[in-house]
Amino acid sequence: MSREYFTNQILNVKKEVLRMGEMVEEIIDSAVVSLKTQDLDLAKKVIGDDKEINQLELEIEKECMMIITLQQPLASDLRTIASALKIITDLERMADNAVNIANITLDIGKEPFIKTLVDIPNMAKIAQEMLKLSLEAFVNEDLELAEKAAMMDEKVDILYDTVLNDVLDIIIEKKEFTKQGTKLLFAGRYLERIADHSTNICERIIYMISGKLKHIN
Amino acid sequence: MREQSKINIKNLNFYYGEKQVIKDLSLEIPKNEIFAILGPANSGITTLLRTLNRLCHLTPEARQEGEVFLDGKNIFDSDVSVTELRRRVGMVFDVPTTLPMSIFDNVALGPSLRGIKSKKILEEEVEKALRMSALWDDVKDRLHTPAARLSGGQQQRLCIARVLALEPEVILLDRPCSALDPISTAKIEESLMQLKEELTIIIAPHSIQQAGRIADRVAFMLMGDLIEEGPTQDVFSVPKDQRTNDYLTGRYG
Repeated sequence: MSREYFTNQILNVKKEVLRMGEMVEEIIDSAVVSLKTQDLDLAKKVIGDDKEINQLELEIEKECMMIITLQQPLASDLRTIASALKIITDLERMADNAVNIANITLDIGKEPFIKTLVDIPNMAKIAQEMLKLSLEAFVNEDLELAEKAAMMDEKVDILYDTVLNDVLDIIIEKKEFTKQGTKLLFAGRYLERIADHSTNICERIIYMISGKLKHIN
Repeated sequence: MREQSKINIKNLNFYYGEKQVIKDLSLEIPKNEIFAILGPANSGITTLLRTLNRLCHLTPEARQEGEVFLDGKNIFDSDVSVTELRRRVGMVFDVPTTLPMSIFDNVALGPSLRGIKSKKILEEEVEKALRMSALWDDVKDRLHTPAARLSGGQQQRLCIARVLALEPEVILLDRPCSALDPISTAKIEESLMQLKEELTIIIAPHSIQQAGRIADRVAFMLMGDLIEEGPTQDVFSVPKDQRTNDYLTGRYG
């Protein structure tokens, strides 16, 4: 195989995207755990970790721009680099949403919850699974897995509707719960967005593998 | 929408003696477009170009099967005048081949051989051809100096002008910029982009990037086989065949 140096550069971008994805997976987990367990220190850690993710995004972007400038990639290489550039944007936004959740943890503090948190952690679980599967699809260039991961978004949307209705019921009954209720609603909304970004990533992976550009859902 | 095709190649096979260099190739080349043919060395690209105006038949032991239609007329038919065919389908080679005479005479030679005697008309033809090949401004004050004094890029533009003076309908360019610097290359590419309004251009580019910059459509050839062809953007971003992908990503061989 010729162009070994170039091949390694592309491989390296893939590795870095994967590393960034794993960091995002972790930060989402920490954010939701911090909310559920009211762990304020963990929430602060999430905010700090986000800076590292932002930094990595810039580094990967630079690497991609360097490859485009110096190697003028085409065909499957071009699709890989173009996809990597889009994927890291989604990953970075996912991390931002995790930070938003961590900020809600800090806002609520040690105040007792107005309801037991079940659906929100469940949303997080699915969103994390989506991200995990999509990263696996990215590394193994697995079209079917990318499609499967994207389809999971619907479950997150359904759970979000449940959270919305539950919290609204509580607020209608007890106005004094409005403040925390709204915050929990936002937390749900952020997780719903995280799952949407995962879907975007799946779309990118499908393009990378097949060359077909399409919106899922 | 697919434009009307200028050249239609049907089941073309080409042999030098026992060696087959083009294998059952069928291809339509649309009018008023730049069509690039890519492929590694020894893929039959030069032979294909040289078949389109029957230059290949100058090689002993060369023979072909199949048909090549130019505006619907098979160029291999016995009633086709080869001289007229080569006027209609001009060719520019990789090494600039200026003739040992003045800049003016290099361009005027074709029209004067065609019987144009009027000095005034010849001057007009030469100026028109030199303008079309983007060389006029460089040479208008020294038309009667030897062509050999021009730079490589200018010589190549002169060769294009010489072909254009014959008012061809198709021009074949075999790696016309392989020995040129980026500025001369850009000038030639720019003039090709303008020329396609009036004629059909088939080019074997010296680099993949050149095809990307100028070609409307590209074809990929490998060892005499046409692997795939299509709009440049499609082939360059999502090639259908793995071999095309390997070639474009530099992993071929």
